[in-house]
Amino acid sequence: MKNLKSVSILFFASLLFIACSSDDENPEPVNEEEIITTVTVTLTPDDGGTPVTLVTRDLDGDGPNEPVITVSGNLNANTSYNGDIILLNETEDPAENITEEVLEEAEEHQFFYTIAGGLNASTEYSNYDSDDNPLGTKFILSAGDASSGTLTFTLRHEPKKPNDGTLGDAGGETDIEATFNVTVE
Amino acid sequence: MRTYALVILVLYSITAISQNCNNNLSGTVKDSHDNSPLVGATLIVAGTEQAVQTDLDGNYTITGLCNQEYSIQISHPECLTKGYTIKVSSATTKNFKLEHHLEELNQITIDGKVYKDKSKTLIQSGLSIEEIEKFSNGSLGDALNSLSGVSSLNTGNTVVKPLINGLHSSRVVIINNGVRMEDQEWGSEHAPNVDINSAGKLTLIKGAGALQYSGDAVGGVIISEAAKVPVKDSLYGKTLFSAASNGRGTTVSSQLTKSYQNGWFGTVQGTLKRFGDFETPDYILSNTGTSERNASINIGLNRFDYGIEGYYSIFKNEIGILRASHLGGAQDQINAINSREPSIIRDFTYNIDAPKQDVTHHLARLKAFKRFESIGKLSFQYDFQANHRLEYDIRRGDDKDKASLDLDLKTHTIMLDLESKLSNSLNLKSGILGRYQNNFADPNTGVRRLIPDYDKYEIGAYLIADYDLNDDWLLEIGGRFDYTYMDVFKFYRTSFWESRNYDQLFPEIVVEELGNQILTNPEYNFYNASGTVGTTYSFNEDYKLFFNYSLASRAPNPSELFSEGLHHSASRIELGDLRFNSEIGHKFSLTFQRENNVFSFSINPYINIINDFIVIEPTEIQQTIRGNFQVWEYRQTNAELLGVDIDASYSFAENFRFEHQFSLVKGYDRTNNTPLISIPAVNTKNGIVYQNPELNSLRLSLQSEYVFRQNEFPNTNFEVFIPETQTTEIVDVSTPPEAYHLLDFDSSIDFKLNNKSTLTVGLGIKNLFNTSYRNYLNRLRYYADDLGRNFLLNLKINY
Repeated sequence: MKNLKSVSILFFASLLFIACSSDDENPEPVNEEEIITTVTVTLTPDDGGTPVTLVTRDLDGDGPNEPVITVSGNLNANTSYNGDIILLNETEDPAENITEEVLEEAEEHQFFYTIAGGLNASTEYSNYDSDDNPLGTKFILSAGDASSGTLTFTLRHEPKKPNDGTLGDAGGETDIEATFNVTVE
Repeated sequence: MRTYALVILVLYSITAISQNCNNNLSGTVKDSHDNSPLVGATLIVAGTEQAVQTDLDGNYTITGLCNQEYSIQISHPECLTKGYTIKVSSATTKNFKLEHHLEELNQITIDGKVYKDKSKTLIQSGLSIEEIEKFSNGSLGDALNSLSGVSSLNTGNTVVKPLINGLHSSRVVIINNGVRMEDQEWGSEHAPNVDINSAGKLTLIKGAGALQYSGDAVGGVIISEAAKVPVKDSLYGKTLFSAASNGRGTTVSSQLTKSYQNGWFGTVQGTLKRFGDFETPDYILSNTGTSERNASINIGLNRFDYGIEGYYSIFKNEIGILRASHLGGAQDQINAINSREPSIIRDFTYNIDAPKQDVTHHLARLKAFKRFESIGKLSFQYDFQANHRLEYDIRRGDDKDKASLDLDLKTHTIMLDLESKLSNSLNLKSGILGRYQNNFADPNTGVRRLIPDYDKYEIGAYLIADYDLNDDWLLEIGGRFDYTYMDVFKFYRTSFWESRNYDQLFPEIVVEELGNQILTNPEYNFYNASGTVGTTYSFNEDYKLFFNYSLASRAPNPSELFSEGLHHSASRIELGDLRFNSEIGHKFSLTFQRENNVFSFSINPYINIINDFIVIEPTEIQQTIRGNFQVWEYRQTNAELLGVDIDASYSFAENFRFEHQFSLVKGYDRTNNTPLISIPAVNTKNGIVYQNPELNSLRLSLQSEYVFRQNEFPNTNFEVFIPETQTTEIVDVSTPPEAYHLLDFDSSIDFKLNNKSTLTVGLGIKNLFNTSYRNYLNRLRYYADDLGRNFLLNLKINY
């Protein structure tokens, strides 16, 4: 019994030792470094009119809030626009410009523009990666006759390059999928 | 403590021995490999020096024994001499088995069994060293998969998680060398961190009956033990080399043991495994290579009445995850599911890129025991585990080579156990345990923590008694209680915190508000009671009937409580619930068994009723800037699993044996009356084995495995709008794949190199017909087929 006693004393002593070894400092928060919260597409008309901006903003990332989508105005019929896409991470302060990372890794990225729902318009890439394959953070949008429909911007990470211009052929992983309701008048 | 002392005092007072010296001890001595009787084996009774020999049928009888324990030494010219301690009371029958392989030298144990029973009223199945060696190239999960009632939840073919009677992850407890594995087993893509080559024996208990280890094994317990070391002067070892065509990889594993007559021993063991991309019949599975490096050392002193042992092992595994399985939103998922082949197929390579896992597991154990005549065998154990898990995703920019998940889980456990023999027919096992666990999630990943930082404290105590009512009936009863305290620091997204109404429900746990995140400090107290009661009835020599009821109670794991965000490898958003309570399982299991040299079988029906069962299921679609994702939420419900496992073996001619296995399990959510997700389909294995001990132990086997289609599954499909085509498409994530049939060939032959060394050469072919198939329980089944034909070569030298 004496042995048992000493063993049990040892047991509880070590339990005590283990139980007292915690520290009470708060852990530091993690700000998502890679998340894209905001996509801003600026469409500047060739004829020098007011630019149209399409913005989608989702500050809680994959949290429960849905992205907030705003379209600043309608497009003019039969007008050509210079498109420019800016990607931001606004969870950081100041906001981080993700477009720069995409430009640095142009060979691994590509934007796709999908026009649907009766919108009369067409697009054309105006920037390319070092292999002369489309990148598409800059593009030209040519609005046709008055119409309305959707304009979707998809950014793929590590797509097949070159591809036939369709999302299906490109594959890869979707980093952005933003759809805007657009009217041409 | 007081109760514990009291229990010991009570036990102390029961011992009573009567003297009666007219007893006979009789039985047979057989070869443990083929059960053939051993003629002319000598049995010597220590103390009296009485010696007898077995007759032509392997029978022996020793007369004039008293009611007491005897040490008996059994020797045979072709076998290794072994010692047993036998308790004699009235006429006692004891059958012995001898081994003729050096590797299976075994230490003297008190029960006359090399490895002790873990539960006496739950049927145990297991794998011996020869069977384990066939899986040298694979993993623990692959080896266990060969047992009836066990399937596996796979992520590709290298992350293999055992599933027992339909349950997995935190519901399956793995005991590695006496230590409960704490290796982040909650994740369905986290495989057990155990080197299959370090196991000398694997035991499977399909239920929570093994209360000395845990009370929360709602599914079951898997026990891996190292080979026992003999108490004699000896130096021996083995080296295993295996090569496989699929994955173009090899495994080398070596083990060396030195033992002394005085009880000291030391074993070192190491494994190296390297595989490149695996292949289906039609294409390469890009980025599925694996690289594993393990080592262990065990040093100790083993005497009959006391012993001490130190053990340390390191397990390091780098596993590539199929490149094509890393996806963005629902649209990517549709593309992947609809295309017949993975979207990314590259040339074969040994390189492992992101996505990948890199896991290191350290395990250290210090154990000591002392046998007291008065109270029994008292053991003390301290163990420490450190599990470091890194997961790499496809990332952009500066973060490219940075892990997305970096978790460090440290666990300290101390245990005190007492095994007492109160009388010839009553055995008692009791023990207490204390455990401290700390999880640290490194914030430098730049990705929000998947599992929060926490401290966990556990205290447990158990008591198990088994009682031999008479020669035919055995009763077992046990109880266990565990108290768990968890102190957690968790960051919530403010939007999630509010959408769940947690701001109304738990304002008191908020520590700090930081813009779009909230730091909270949830604390938990879980009180878990578990128990088992069972009986075994032996009749007609060959037949046994087992009945067992076990109550298991499991505290929710950190992933079930705190998940909140996108799970890349599953392409879905997973949400836990911090309000969960413990899940309580009631399992009733019945086994009818016949053990015989010609025809053996066991039939094991069971039902497992689980209250507050934690399931994860899809609830809605969430729009994000990256597209649409399906949201999967954890929920508590009442579940019921029922099924039957059947094993049979029939020797229909000399050296020929037919083997059969059948497993069926059905799982239902009784609250919603829907089937449970990820329940294995009905499957059956049938094989013919030819084994000739006279012809260099030649063994040839052909095994067929038929897996039916799972017809009962919850419909978790969802619809998503595709802007490109302006259509709404169904994302079919629930329909199980078709049934499939695989044929495997396996062979081995022994060559004696010299007196001490044997070379065993094995050749095998898996998936003989190169069948293309997909398995319902493979998480990558949406993206790619399973493995094609695989040629295996195994070389083993025992020395």
